[in-house]
Amino acid sequence: MELTADQVLHIAKLARIALTPEEVERFRNQLSSILEHFAVLSEVPTEDVEPTAYPLPLENVMRTDEVAPSLPREDVLANAPEQEDGMFRVRAVLE
Amino acid sequence: MTTVATDFETIIGLEVHVHLTTASKMFCGCSADYAGAEPNTHVCPVCLGMPGTLPVINERAIEYIVMAGLALNCEIAEYSKFDRKNYPYPDLMKGYQISQYDLPICRNGWLDVEVNGERRRVRIQRVHMEEDTAKLIHRQDPVTGERYSLIDVNRSGVPLVEIVSYPDIRSPAEAREYLVKLRQILRYIGVSRANMEEGDFRCDANISLRPRGTDVLGPKVEVKNMNSFRAVFEALSFEERRQAEVLSSGGAVVQETRGWDDERKVTVPQRTKEEASDYRYFPEPDLPPLRLSREWVERIRQRLPELPDAKRERFRTFGLSEYEAGLLSEDRARADYFERLMAALEGEPSRRAKVAANWMLGEVARWLNEREAEMEAFPVPAERLAELAMLVERGTITGQVAKKVFDEMTATGEAASAIVERAGLAQISAADELRGLVRKVIEANPKAVADYRAGKEAAVKFLIGQVMRETRGRANPQLVHELLTEELQ
Ligand SMILES: [Zn+2]
Repeated sequence: MELTADQVLHIAKLARIALTPEEVERFRNQLSSILEHFAVLSEVPTEDVEPTAYPLPLENVMRTDEVAPSLPREDVLANAPEQEDGMFRVRAVLE
Repeated sequence: MTTVATDFETIIGLEVHVHLTTASKMFCGCSADYAGAEPNTHVCPVCLGMPGTLPVINERAIEYIVMAGLALNCEIAEYSKFDRKNYPYPDLMKGYQISQYDLPICRNGWLDVEVNGERRRVRIQRVHMEEDTAKLIHRQDPVTGERYSLIDVNRSGVPLVEIVSYPDIRSPAEAREYLVKLRQILRYIGVSRANMEEGDFRCDANISLRPRGTDVLGPKVEVKNMNSFRAVFEALSFEERRQAEVLSSGGAVVQETRGWDDERKVTVPQRTKEEASDYRYFPEPDLPPLRLSREWVERIRQRLPELPDAKRERFRTFGLSEYEAGLLSEDRARADYFERLMAALEGEPSRRAKVAANWMLGEVARWLNEREAEMEAFPVPAERLAELAMLVERGTITGQVAKKVFDEMTATGEAASAIVERAGLAQISAADELRGLVRKVIEANPKAVADYRAGKEAAVKFLIGQVMRETRGRANPQLVHELLTEELQ
């Protein structure tokens, strides 16, 4: 499974990572060999196997609808690099 | 006829997002009631997306979405799961939204809508559960001009249900009707306040046109930013005309997202989130799946209240008109009040229905309209209003006096009989008592008497009015009429 440079750039963009041309080539090779490694799985016959969405034998884990105390606002904003009027301040995002 | 109506057929599908009225958020115990709360005060490590935290499903939210699904005639999935919808945007603290992808809780439902007397069925593709995002506020530095955004996480994690229709809607009027009906049902079953202005009920639309008589689907335009039913109607009407013009002049409609500008009354192309469609859904590993037993679903079904359409039909069987039954069943609080009022009256069911309907659509509606209030704000309990209605039915007071008593009751909360007694408002039905007054009125109004004798039947109404005025509305109008005709012979 050979990835193209465009695919690597697309993945990098989704992850918000900037890559140099050298890095694109390096990760293209590394990611391709990882995919190749896992390609073995596609040889397993799975026609009669139910898809597994969740590996543990658990279902219907729920809580009753009760309000629990929230955090004090100082704690909420404690790690924020920038804040204003009790809110997190970030770079402009388009509407 | 417009071009739209003759040459093209309009195809509309709606996506509606609704907040559920749970006490706590979807996956944590923070209060879900964010309206009016100070920013970032309904926030905990779970809804902040802190590493090492785990979401836990709110059971009531699942009950509510199943109620909604059942009320919308959906199949309820026996097996359902949550998925991660990934997109890097600051309104998502975790970098993803917990939603449902391929196994939604409800699917294959429908809703009947009626426009201009024609009933059409709009199929519902799916109803799924997800969490709302944080609120972004956009600001600009007055000095540097730098634009920036502020984040309030209170709304993040509030239970949100998405209801997706098939593209079965054929006009903006039908789209509006679908939304009105959907909101009505959600309020009836009590799972959402569904207030569009307050953001509990949000709607996006897909609209395309195709040459009439074909079944090819044209490129869809997604319309966003419609904040009222009126806005949905106007935006879709605009978009319908715009696309018809493009197609009629030989152009092609561009598949895009457009936003409704409510001031300029136009839709404009919207910039969309980059790579927005690459959500890379995958099963949410932090949440075990749901297996909803048929017994549990049946128990929920039993708890569903009677829905508006069924209620309207039942009210019709009391002998009420389509119009009366429609108005009385429109809102659950109004329908409940009507039924309590009817139950507290005495007499034949059809008579009780008629009397209760007249009060509801007359004085009660007037009182609410004057105050722009909802039924919940009406201060007189149905049993007390029934007492007043029965005073009229039994002839103790006249209809005219009843209106005064009604105003007094709504203002003071006093019982009807107490007001009538205190103010001496009981109807005068004794001929002896009224005859003298009738003679006095005849003497004092020679002109009207002359008119009457000259054949003007209307003059008698004037004279009755004079007697009523003298008695402050307490005279039995029937009897006054009889006495007047007698005395004028
Ligand atoms: Zn929380």
